[in-house]
Amino acid sequence: MTAMTATVNAAGLRRDAATERRFFLSLALPSLVIVGIGAILPLFWILQQSLATARGDITLVNYTALLTNGLTWRSLLVTLELSGGTLLCCLVLGIPLAFLLASTSPRTASRLMVLVLLPLWTSILVRTYGWLVILRRDGLINDLLVGSGLVSEPVPLVYNFTGTLIGMVHYMLPIFVLPTYAAMRDIDGNVIRAAASMGASLWHCFRTVILPLAFGGIASGSVIVFVYTLGFFITPAILGGGRISPIAIRIDRTLSTLQDWGGAAAFGVFLLLIVAVLGVTALGAARLIRSKPAAD
Amino acid sequence: MASPRIALERVRKVYGRHVALDDVSVDVRPGEFLTLLGPSGSGKTTLLMAIAGFVRPEAGLIRIGEADVTRLPVNKRDIGIVFQNYALFPHMSVLGNVEYPLLLRRLPRAEARERARAALARTQLEGYEARDIAALSGGQRQRVALARAVVFEPRVLLMDEPLSALDKNLREQMQFEIRKLQQDLAITTIYVTHDQREALTMSDRIAVMNGGRIEQLDAPQPVYQRPRTRFVANFMGESNIMPAALVEPLGSAPPLDGTLVIRAENFALERDAAGGDGIAIKGRVAAYAFRGETWHLRLKVEGERELLLSIPSGKSLDQAGITIGQQLTAYAAARHIHRLDGGPEP
Repeated sequence: MTAMTATVNAAGLRRDAATERRFFLSLALPSLVIVGIGAILPLFWILQQSLATARGDITLVNYTALLTNGLTWRSLLVTLELSGGTLLCCLVLGIPLAFLLASTSPRTASRLMVLVLLPLWTSILVRTYGWLVILRRDGLINDLLVGSGLVSEPVPLVYNFTGTLIGMVHYMLPIFVLPTYAAMRDIDGNVIRAAASMGASLWHCFRTVILPLAFGGIASGSVIVFVYTLGFFITPAILGGGRISPIAIRIDRTLSTLQDWGGAAAFGVFLLLIVAVLGVTALGAARLIRSKPAAD
Repeated sequence: MASPRIALERVRKVYGRHVALDDVSVDVRPGEFLTLLGPSGSGKTTLLMAIAGFVRPEAGLIRIGEADVTRLPVNKRDIGIVFQNYALFPHMSVLGNVEYPLLLRRLPRAEARERARAALARTQLEGYEARDIAALSGGQRQRVALARAVVFEPRVLLMDEPLSALDKNLREQMQFEIRKLQQDLAITTIYVTHDQREALTMSDRIAVMNGGRIEQLDAPQPVYQRPRTRFVANFMGESNIMPAALVEPLGSAPPLDGTLVIRAENFALERDAAGGDGIAIKGRVAAYAFRGETWHLRLKVEGERELLLSIPSGKSLDQAGITIGQQLTAYAAARHIHRLDGGPEP
């Protein structure tokens, strides 16, 4: 009797479970097809381009040319400086902003959220040219600075590193704030109240409770910002004014000026490898920090 | 240092048009366990949070000892708080949680560890120091929260429905543990709950709250047996509130007037079992239920009024049985009849 009850209808139920599993896997199919055709296949094509000569032989000549060119390393340095700078500014500006959003009432937070998201809804070209108007020699800021007598000469704010950085931070800030805000909003308000009741100042509470608990959100926001900005093109192209040449700009130049498809492809693979290495390092570091005993 | 008194004077808090605290004044004695008891929305949690410093009142004075703390920020008030959902730091171990307030006060690490261990021993959590918060049961989390709230020897202790998430048996056990800890430390404590049994079990005094006011402030027994208002009578267990005209005085009992309160468990179905002369009411059984230690009866009496009766089981009723519509007479002794002062008839 008991032996029977254990297997009653088991085969049918197992079949139902399998059907259900197949259905949920099939939901991912359209995106798998698109990613496959749109991203994975071109990647192989680029890899092939970077390794092939005009006659079709396999060669590393594109890579040796790339790695022995001083401009490559200079553009890598500029890229890392821009990404690091953007990340730093996002941390400094974004963490307090996310904290503010997370600590106001849901009503106020959703209103402020619209302001945060507004830049995301505007075309990057429009925003970047907007910054040009504000930052250039006879732009809004320099008019104010010179007009008020604070400086005698217009400050160079655009067509340089500063301008590029401002544009990039503006673009990335909402993207950084979203995961950070989500992590902070999930912190139980009573936990923060408990810390305060035990005598913690807001700053101490922020350092010992809020930051560690929001670490996951801040880390993923940071990785997104850093990795995303490694391939930035439009902002440095417009606000850098030809003086700032991160990797994306150099790839474009290799293609449009030198018509060197092999070289550009090799550069692309080079960038991809850097992203991969940095991504893996960041993930590893995050895991290391999280597994550290937190009591101390 | 002895735990100080807490004195509130005309504390007022308004949310929009809703008056959460309607000029509440109360004086909590040094070392006393005072419970704020009331339904949700009665203002009990708002009052506790105002004392803690998380709610800024519109007006009023809050004193701890002689010091006016009304405008003092939370982290300067030196108050231990146990929250409803424990509010433990999920990223720290048990020991880390309990050490937190001590390290905050810049105690040497060894001394902090020592005192945290002692506090954990007090709450029966020896051997749990290295555990993750996520690996603890609800009762254990409650004990950590308790240890953390008292380890830094705060001047007073506030608790906001700390047992509401626990199951019944554990809740009853924790009631005694918390009460014992509070008495051992002799710390002035304000405790919020909506559970009248919990309030009766634990408190020196109970403040029954309703609509942002304290309706009655008394020791458990008077609150239960001699409710001062209709609300308190209704809120504390099963009570019957009725005009005196409805009942029939028996024997040597004096005539009655006004509004009467008789608890469900003070009725008997035989005149002898009521424990003395008093009143009688006739009615028909409208509904009944067996509740283990008691039979629960709804008696329909004159004027569509319903009477709640709670009759001990294991006695004559078990044998005789009950049927719907059955005619019964309920008796209550004079000493169990409480007269409400004033107030209109229901």
